[in-house]
Amino acid sequence: MSRIGSPVELEEYREALRAERDPAKPHITLCGGSACLATGSREVAAGMEAELQAQGLGDQVELRKTGCRGFCERGPVVVTHPDESCYLQVEPGDAQEIVAQSVNGHAAIDRLMYTDPGTEERIQKESDIPFYAHQVRRVFGSNGSIDPKSIDDYLAIGGYSALEKALFQMTPEGVVEEVKKSKLRGRGGGGFPTGRKWEESRNAPGEAKYVIVNADEGDPGAYMDRSLLEGNPHLILEGLAIGAYAVGAHEGFIYVRQEYPLAVENIILAIKKAEEYGFLGSNILGSGFDFTVSVHMGAGAFVCGESSALMTALEGRVGEPRPKYIHTAVKGVWDQPSVLNNVETWANVPLIINEGADWFGEYGTEGSKGTKIFSLVGKITNTGLVEVPMGMTLEDIIFKIGGGIPEGKKFKAVQTGGPSGGCIPEALLGLEVGFDELTEAGSMMGSGGMIVMDEDTCMVDVARYFLDFLADESCGKCAPCREGTAQMLKILTDITQGKGKAGQLEVLQELAEVAREASLCALGKSAPNPFLSTLRYFRDEYEAHITEKRCPARSCKELIAYHIDPALCRACMQCMKQCPADAIDGGRNLVHVIDQSKCTKCGTCLEVCPARYSAVMLTSGEPVPPPIPEEQRIIVRKGKEA
Amino acid sequence: MDIESIDQIIDTHGAEPSALIQILLEIQADHHWLPGESLERVSERLGVAMTRIMHIATFYKAFSLVPKGRHEIHVCVGTACHVRGAERVLDSVEDLTGIQPGETDVDLKFSLETVNCLGCCALGPVMEIDGKPHGKMLPGKIADVLETYA
Repeated sequence: MSRIGSPVELEEYREALRAERDPAKPHITLCGGSACLATGSREVAAGMEAELQAQGLGDQVELRKTGCRGFCERGPVVVTHPDESCYLQVEPGDAQEIVAQSVNGHAAIDRLMYTDPGTEERIQKESDIPFYAHQVRRVFGSNGSIDPKSIDDYLAIGGYSALEKALFQMTPEGVVEEVKKSKLRGRGGGGFPTGRKWEESRNAPGEAKYVIVNADEGDPGAYMDRSLLEGNPHLILEGLAIGAYAVGAHEGFIYVRQEYPLAVENIILAIKKAEEYGFLGSNILGSGFDFTVSVHMGAGAFVCGESSALMTALEGRVGEPRPKYIHTAVKGVWDQPSVLNNVETWANVPLIINEGADWFGEYGTEGSKGTKIFSLVGKITNTGLVEVPMGMTLEDIIFKIGGGIPEGKKFKAVQTGGPSGGCIPEALLGLEVGFDELTEAGSMMGSGGMIVMDEDTCMVDVARYFLDFLADESCGKCAPCREGTAQMLKILTDITQGKGKAGQLEVLQELAEVAREASLCALGKSAPNPFLSTLRYFRDEYEAHITEKRCPARSCKELIAYHIDPALCRACMQCMKQCPADAIDGGRNLVHVIDQSKCTKCGTCLEVCPARYSAVMLTSGEPVPPPIPEEQRIIVRKGKEA
Repeated sequence: MDIESIDQIIDTHGAEPSALIQILLEIQADHHWLPGESLERVSERLGVAMTRIMHIATFYKAFSLVPKGRHEIHVCVGTACHVRGAERVLDSVEDLTGIQPGETDVDLKFSLETVNCLGCCALGPVMEIDGKPHGKMLPGKIADVLETYA
């Protein structure tokens, strides 16, 4: 492939690509995101390929392995085109039927379709499934239709047209203005206006300027950046190149976690292809603009998601933050002006340039424009990645798209914003999602993690969990964060273990205030949020732990106990056989009894006890009934009397 | 460990001190830990003090200064897995292997680590062994999974 040297050549190439592609030609797309790979997408792909060969259809039907489509709960996901039939939880054994259906126009395969849990109705088309129907997939949508390893796929859907437009029809200042006008705010956590950041960097003096993609996605339970990088890497590169042109940078970095091997592989390949085609390198598309990109792998440190720490890590040093009296947009990597934006932020840029700021602002609230990708996980029926307009209510996201809470349990809270965020209770389900709205509720947008919790989740334990994470990830440079998180963790651990004392909530609040006021970077400043928000909405749970030594959610190990109700036990031996601690006494026709001194509280007995008996009891804050005397343990079954 | 392979890694990065972390990551990927001699070589070739290398090697989670077992167990303790019972899974793995996160057993069979999100939350709680995810884990199922590794 020779480099594309002008906009005219680009359009010619694109036209030629499109002419080759007959939209009526059957093709099958198969999700190859990390979640689907974990559920067997590779095996399904192999099955499909073998089947296409066996049926002699290798050149009639294209099999395209795409990036993540978001519906991770039901993966691997297969969609046949042009009829758009969507098949869920596909197994290699289904390949033959799917191939036959896609070519011969057989009726769609009922058993692999989505079934509406309410009406039992089968839904054939992907876009009609409620999980998708309520979303607006502007940024994430192309993930499902292109092969991330193919630059031609990206060009065929209009890829790099925004870069071309910026380079040939807009001035750098014009690009900055358009992004400012769009009111795009950073999707990585802080929500800082992107255009203002760019402008500051553009106007800052410096020998060299840099643009950086922050793909150090560290929030536990959030994987939208990973899916974008894995599924549509050219979109990120295009956004980055536009940003470089706007601020006057000629060098860019992608800082990506080494824990994301597929993302690293796909972005490195994308850079190579973009260089070959002339979208990166010198004299891009003949415009005279030069820009190169390199990948830097993060070695695993949550604090490196913070801008100044990330830039120090880029320089090959330990990633510790510095005070930011001077923004990194002015003095960043090697003390030069550096624009750092999150993956999703960069992904929005080509759309804004192509469609305009007004189009971008069609969705959203006053302070938060556009759409946002959330990772909807935890105790939720439809786990996955969802893209919704800013301003949609939490209730709509969790219940209409997410399908509510599984197993008939009751919703308790939703945690947003990762470890810096907070928990939002049921009473605030009507809250419209947006940067300011979530902050007012004591949480934050963060990068878009949305972890749903049900009645079995202990809110004190959730606060302890996040403090444990933050104490571990604190870089240790400043005392309020290093010592504050450690002390808060110690007290919260005591409370969850039943060792809480009166007055400790007040101590925690004091520690929280110091950490919030005096920490060097956002990690420490926001570290108290998980505690403060759970205290604000679930104070009764804290008090139950401290005064009654009771965990209302029956989750904290030191405060719970399992026992078997002798009146219900039918001595089926399931729990006895499966108890990993050998803590259950009993036998055939002998009521089972849990030896409390051996029990590790793993909960296996409760899980395996057949529902028709439900003899295993889980209690908290009350004494375990003493075991019944051995002579009363014999079960006499009907018809078996001696 | 042969010093030549370390030199090759250093050469691909032009012995640039700013590439220190990238070089250590590649050594870690090849050897599953950072042997002492390799670090001395890096220090010598890059002209970077050992103290700085040790600072980095102990700061970032990806690096290990002790050898790893034949099988690396990663128990996901991300928030989604946590609310679905990751702690109980981790407890059981610890009981069965006799090691804590960050440790390797005496037979060099298993190493245990916790990770913060594997990106397959739909399968939570997840445990990954040598890169293969085992989803919807329950304490009672773990012994069977571990037995399949020799």
